[in-house]
Amino acid sequence: MTIATIDAVPTEFARGRGGGGPAPTRIVVAYGFWIFLLSDFIMFSGLFAAYAVLSDQIAGGPTGRELFNLRNVFIETACLLLSSYTCGLQALSAERRQRGRFYVFAVFTFVLGAAFLVIEISEFAGMVSKGAGPSRSAFLSAFFALVGMHGAHVTSGLVWLTYMVAQVVVKGLRPHVLRRLLCFSLFWHALDIIWIGVLTLVYLIGAH
Amino acid sequence: MDGDDRMFDDRNPGVRPEESVANVLSYTAGLGLAILLTIASFVVSQTNLLWAPGIPVGLIVLAFAQIGVHLVFFLHLGSGPDNTNNILALAFGLLIVFLVITGSCWIMANLNANMMPMSATVPR
Repeated sequence: MTIATIDAVPTEFARGRGGGGPAPTRIVVAYGFWIFLLSDFIMFSGLFAAYAVLSDQIAGGPTGRELFNLRNVFIETACLLLSSYTCGLQALSAERRQRGRFYVFAVFTFVLGAAFLVIEISEFAGMVSKGAGPSRSAFLSAFFALVGMHGAHVTSGLVWLTYMVAQVVVKGLRPHVLRRLLCFSLFWHALDIIWIGVLTLVYLIGAH
Repeated sequence: MDGDDRMFDDRNPGVRPEESVANVLSYTAGLGLAILLTIASFVVSQTNLLWAPGIPVGLIVLAFAQIGVHLVFFLHLGSGPDNTNNILALAFGLLIVFLVITGSCWIMANLNANMMPMSATVPR
C-alpha cells in the first residue's frame, strides 16, 4: 500500500490511521462521550472501593445477608437488562428513521427503568423503616452511597430519555438528534455495566 | 469508494461508514448471553455448585464475562479502526479503576492488620 493510495481516500472515509482527514462526527461524538463515561466509572470505582473496605463494619447493626431480598434484586436486574435491550432496539429504529417503532421502544425503556427505580426506592424505604438507614453503620453508609448513586444515574437517564423523545417529536430524527440519541444509549448501557458490579459485589457476594 | 473501502475498512464487509454496526441480531445475542450469565451468577451464589470459598471468585469471573458481553454487544466496542481510541481509553480507565479499588483494599487491609487489638465490641 503506497502513500498515493492513502492520499486518494476521500476525507469522509478516514479510518483512524492518521491518513485521510478527520473521522466522521458520529465517531468523534461517541469518543468524547465515552471519555465522560469512563470518568463516571472512575467516580464509581471510589464508591466501590469504599464499599469493599467498609462492608464488614456493621457496628452491631444488620448485615447484608439479613437485609437483602435477592428475589427483588433479580427482578431489578431483569428490568435493567431488558431496558438495555429495548434501548438498543430504540437506537436502531432511530437510525433506520422508523419513528413509530422508536416511540414504542422508548416507552418500553422508560417503563422498565422506572420499574427498576420503584423497586429500589421501596427497598430503601423498607430498610430505613427497619432502622437500617445510612446512618446506622459504615457498611450501610457505603451501601446507600453506592447503590443510591447508581439510582440517581438511572433517574437522570429517565429524565434525559423524556427530553430526547420530546426532541424527536419536535425536531424529528435529524443527524444531531441521532447523535444525542447515540450518547443516551451509550449512557444507558454503561449504567447496566455498573449495575453488574453492584449486583455482584453488593448483593450476590454480600448475601452469600 | 468501492476499492478504497475494501482496502481500508476492516469492519464487516458491506457496512458503510455512516451505518451502525449494530443490528437486532447482535442485541438479541447480547441479551441472551447476559441473561445466561446473570442466571449463572444467581445460581452460583445460591447453591453449592462451586466450592464454597471459591464462590466470590466465581462471581467476579462471571461479572467480568458479562461486562465483556455488554461492551461488545451493547456498546459495540470492537477491534475495528474506529474503535482504537475507545479501546485505549477503556484500557486507561480500567487501570485507574483497578488502582483505586485494589489500592484501597490493600491499604485498609494493612491498616487493619497493624491495628492495636481493640475491645470485643468491634467485630474482627
